[in-house]
Amino acid sequence: MADAVRARGLVKTYGRAGRGGGVTTALDGVDLDVPEGTVLGLLGPNGAGKTTTVRILTTLLVPDAGEAEVAGVDVLRDPQEVRRRIGVSGQYAAVDEYLTGFENLRMVGKLYHQGSRRASERARELLELFSLSDAADRPVKGYSGGMRRRLDLAGALVNDPPVLFLDEPTTGLDPRSRADMWELLQGMVRGGTTVVLTTQYLEEADLLADDIIVIDHGRAIARGTSDQLKAQVGGERVELVVDDATHLDEVRSLLAGVAVGAVEVEPHTRRLTAPVEGGAAVLVRLLAQLEERGVHLSDAGTRRPTMDDVFLTLTGKRTDEPSGTSDQKSGVTA
Amino acid sequence: MSAWRSALGDGATIAQRNLIKVRRVPDLLVGTLISPIMFILLFVYVFGSAIPVPAGTSYAEFLVPGIFAQTVIFGATVTGSGLADDMQKGIIDRFRSLPIAPSAVLVGRTTSDVLTNVLVVLIMVVTGLVVGWRITTSPLEALAGFALLLLFAYACSWVMALVGLLVRSPEVFNNVSFIVIFPITFIANTFVPTQGFPTVLRVIADWNPVSAVTQASRDLFGNPSLAGGSDAWPLQHAALYTLIWSVVLVAVFLPLATRQFKRSAAR
Ligand SMILES: Nc1ncnc2c1ncn2[C@@H]1O[C@H](COP(=O)(O)OP(=O)(O)OP(=O)(O)O)[C@@H](O)[C@H]1O
Ligand SMILES: [Mg+2]
Repeated sequence: MADAVRARGLVKTYGRAGRGGGVTTALDGVDLDVPEGTVLGLLGPNGAGKTTTVRILTTLLVPDAGEAEVAGVDVLRDPQEVRRRIGVSGQYAAVDEYLTGFENLRMVGKLYHQGSRRASERARELLELFSLSDAADRPVKGYSGGMRRRLDLAGALVNDPPVLFLDEPTTGLDPRSRADMWELLQGMVRGGTTVVLTTQYLEEADLLADDIIVIDHGRAIARGTSDQLKAQVGGERVELVVDDATHLDEVRSLLAGVAVGAVEVEPHTRRLTAPVEGGAAVLVRLLAQLEERGVHLSDAGTRRPTMDDVFLTLTGKRTDEPSGTSDQKSGVTA
Repeated sequence: MSAWRSALGDGATIAQRNLIKVRRVPDLLVGTLISPIMFILLFVYVFGSAIPVPAGTSYAEFLVPGIFAQTVIFGATVTGSGLADDMQKGIIDRFRSLPIAPSAVLVGRTTSDVLTNVLVVLIMVVTGLVVGWRITTSPLEALAGFALLLLFAYACSWVMALVGLLVRSPEVFNNVSFIVIFPITFIANTFVPTQGFPTVLRVIADWNPVSAVTQASRDLFGNPSLAGGSDAWPLQHAALYTLIWSVVLVAVFLPLATRQFKRSAAR
């Protein structure tokens, strides 16, 4: 299968040396390959470089180094041709407040040179698809955040592009709209569309993405299918919730004895989690030992690793923690 | 589609979009009109009473072409604030992700702004007529006068486009343009004859293109220059001097603004 998107060694630095304010290396050599008709999920904490990657691939930003090809066209050499073949929805909805939803989409269609009639038809179709028909002829100024987001996503589909770039497409959508959006995307992918999306929601990457790249500090720190990534962080987890917070330390050292990785402690919920080998048997032994010591539990169980575990293990951070703040990989060694 | 046809076609689509905004938010137009109308009233009835005028003419006839010039230049600032606003709201990013000519957004912006200026001029004409301003020449000459005003404003739009793209914030742009345009339109023959200015200011005023466009429209509308007019070359050849300025401004600022558009959006 041919690659719809291919990037090699993307580097982007913001701010110039000697100008004060410092230099930020937003991307530090990222490679991507997205086979046609598949979904790539870019995952990473705030400031990791996801938006920067998308902006480079969609011709909005010129990288300092590296090369990229989208739909068979070189992004740096022929950006105009790339624009004909892609649909883009940025992290923040770029819709015109004073135009109606219909006028926004018709304008985009005309700028794709669809002709006035076709542009109007397509605009109506998309408004229907995104449940915006009722608001179609009202100025966007009166739209809610989720409605704007949906209109912006519709804008990315105006030209039926073979390759779609969506930067946090479901941020700000209610659960219902999010599920609709997922279904819509899955339908398009079945129809052969290639999608690159960034997300803060591990659930979203888990569900939609064939391949996932975890980015942190401008580097791809892991890649693979969600199963591969989960396997990479170890097997089952044992999860215990103690009744009394004073027992946390005691239980932690007990868990550390059987864990094959870091023991994670959440003091405010009194929850301890550790990856183990041979889930249920380990749990039974643990429970017996705790019983003996008189430690009471309010919950205990085993579970498969989630994308949250993947993320935490790889970056040492939860998804909502920004790239710059915590010490890198602080949570991995324990 | 060839590059320039695409630039014009896409420009028309974008101009249309800008004009929808003018229609939906009439406050913007009202804002552009309030100060020139107030100026006409204040100058005609307050300052005008102290300015000596030969018998048979009126200060209003002298003043109104100057107000026209100032108004269309302020009208051209919409180009800069509009672009800065679109930039801030991310709409420029949407445009840049589409396969349109790099100049299309700017062509569309300057076109819609000159069309808005036509409307502004019409309303100012009515205001002028109310305070006693009259055209005494042929319709063709009068038309040439309006064309020259709008052409000069169009050229100014390209300067505003560059500044708007550089500052990237409509608020900053409005403050900057106000501070610059006020002196430029006052150190000129717009409100009073330049003969009484101190020498340095007088030379500046005589070579100021705002003086030339004002003088040219006075000539073409058959309005008086007062104090015998200036004998400086630009004012003796006011229409030609205005044309030269307009062509030079477009020739310099169209490519600069287009380059800045490609660049600033790519940051
Ligand atoms: N225009 C800019 N000027 C200076 N620095 C920037 C600019 N845009 C991004 N950066 C920096 O580059 C880094 C990567 O930013 P980017 O927007 O790509 O992150 P992200 O992964 O999309 O984050 P988020 O999840 O918050 O959207 C950050 O450190 C950010 O501060
Ligand atoms: Mg981002």
